[in-house]
Amino acid sequence: MNWPHLIVVPVLLPLAAGCLALLLEPRWPRAAARLSVAATLALLALAIHLVTIAANGAVIPYLLGNWRAPFGIALALDRLSALMLVLTAVVAVAAALYARGGGPKGTHDARGRHFHALFQFQLMGLNGAFLTADLFNLFVFFEVLLIASYGLLLHGGGAARLRASIHYVVFNLTASTLFLIAVALLYGLTGTLNMADLAQRVPIVAAQHPAQVQAAALILIVVFGVKAALLPLYFWLPDTYSAATAPAAALFAIMTKVGVYCIARVTTLIFGADAGGASDVAIPWLPVLAMATLVLATFGALAAGRLGLLVAYLVVSSAGTLLLAVGLGTAPTVGAALFYLINSTFVAAALFLLVDSIASSRGEARDTIAPAPLAHRAGYGALFFLLAAEAAGVPPFGGFLGKSLMLAASVDEPMAAAIWTVVLATGLGILVALARAGSVVFWQATDANRMQAAAARPSFTERAALAWLTIAIVATVLNAGPVSGYTEAAAAQLLQRGAYIEAVLGAEPVAPLWNPRAGDIKP
Amino acid sequence: MEALLAIFVGVLAGTGVYLLLRAHTFDVVLGLTLLSYAANVTIFSMGRIAVAKPPIIQPGLAPTLANYADPLPHALVLTAIVISFAMTALLLVIALAARAATGSDHVDDEPSRGRAQDAG
Repeated sequence: MNWPHLIVVPVLLPLAAGCLALLLEPRWPRAAARLSVAATLALLALAIHLVTIAANGAVIPYLLGNWRAPFGIALALDRLSALMLVLTAVVAVAAALYARGGGPKGTHDARGRHFHALFQFQLMGLNGAFLTADLFNLFVFFEVLLIASYGLLLHGGGAARLRASIHYVVFNLTASTLFLIAVALLYGLTGTLNMADLAQRVPIVAAQHPAQVQAAALILIVVFGVKAALLPLYFWLPDTYSAATAPAAALFAIMTKVGVYCIARVTTLIFGADAGGASDVAIPWLPVLAMATLVLATFGALAAGRLGLLVAYLVVSSAGTLLLAVGLGTAPTVGAALFYLINSTFVAAALFLLVDSIASSRGEARDTIAPAPLAHRAGYGALFFLLAAEAAGVPPFGGFLGKSLMLAASVDEPMAAAIWTVVLATGLGILVALARAGSVVFWQATDANRMQAAAARPSFTERAALAWLTIAIVATVLNAGPVSGYTEAAAAQLLQRGAYIEAVLGAEPVAPLWNPRAGDIKP
Repeated sequence: MEALLAIFVGVLAGTGVYLLLRAHTFDVVLGLTLLSYAANVTIFSMGRIAVAKPPIIQPGLAPTLANYADPLPHALVLTAIVISFAMTALLLVIALAARAATGSDHVDDEPSRGRAQDAG
């Protein structure tokens, strides 16, 4: 089906579901939650359908309000944005299912108000950020996903969450202000905010005012670096992610990927190799900072005293790995990075959920890395082993495939020796951190008594969420051939910016769904 | 006029950054507010500063920026003001809740002797 309005549905569906959930929640909380899960499943089906459309290689534009491209706001679907939509939906299904489960204290989503509405609004912001082809619209969707994430982070309350959220909100508000300044600079210089139009005009303007264009480009990279957790800007992340309630943290696993996605999009489309005086302005910085991020994240993981903090540092380290490959900027490295991105997102989300299940079965010890009674050791241990092997990049799992693709693609880079050393050494460090945490939590644990075990048994939806992510991880590995083919094609499409510009600027208005004033508009 | 506006934005941004780096949430909120003002005035000035030039095209006057004001930055700045206003309100609520929960308005939750006692 090639209904022209299909591209805007990933934004509208969560918006409608979120509004309905907000209305239903006071009287029928269960109905609101079921609606949210159903909407997330529908979003997954839609995202998979959009991938099959995008897989043939065309960039499909959509003009909001039927205004022609540089004047109105345009959306665009290409292989990369379709892939990001699917990743978001897969993680969201797991998070929504997990939120329906919970221990004796009641379900996760009932520990605060408006969980499902905020959840759907965050999905709307994420999907919009992946689809938009307009820089100011990207800012707006960033704000949508951020304001929803502030609410989700505070879900459940408590002093630790409040403290983490002050850092998180202040950091991201400052970044948003910088985003506005960069957008204003670019508009003042080029007179446009449409990304395809910017891509055409930046080389012309950069010939006259290279310094201003470079400044705007670098401010943008700083803003996206905050979201993506690049070195000097990631300090908010570990506390925030480990403080958030498990389903929210699982969804946050996709949020650092928004930063990576935006850096990949902007550095190829607008400030790519053809951008004249502003071409590749961030390229000398990105790989170096990304490698430093990797090293520090590994130290953080080794020093973490809680499993939640350890997983948060894994998120930082995967962001470092991704930015390293994106910063190298060749088609094979970006393709390998996208493959690694799929796995690292699923693994981080699954680990956040698993750590919460483990914490709730350990009583007072929660998720501290210390010996404590643990119920259901075998099941938790096996799943933790699988996910840890994935995260550390041990064969035969997806993390290993992604990293080896990336190393193979970077052989001819001038920095190859440094890249190989850093990636392999930090991989070993992560492996040591995970092995140490796993051996303390699972092997030094005593069996919990029977009553504790029965109370701590994860509910059906919690087990379903973990099983769903495990299936997604294993399916990615089993289909590594087709998946890496798709990510390579996505990277090639990203670097061929001509097709994107042509598609967005040449988009034709489509017939409106419903026009109440069809009679009185002049042709 | 451009120089005056530039100095104004610079002073706003500088004051904002200074307050942002202080250790108490109230100062941080004020700093963020000033910083967002600086950003808003920057956006506004990117449409070129013009006096008595309406953004509506008139017959007989060539449609260039020399004759008309650019209406788009006004729309952008309106969006930006609304968003930053809402975010500031949210941050204030979080700061107040954190102050109530931890008994301190220090951003790193360290016991702040002077202020906590004054306020408490």
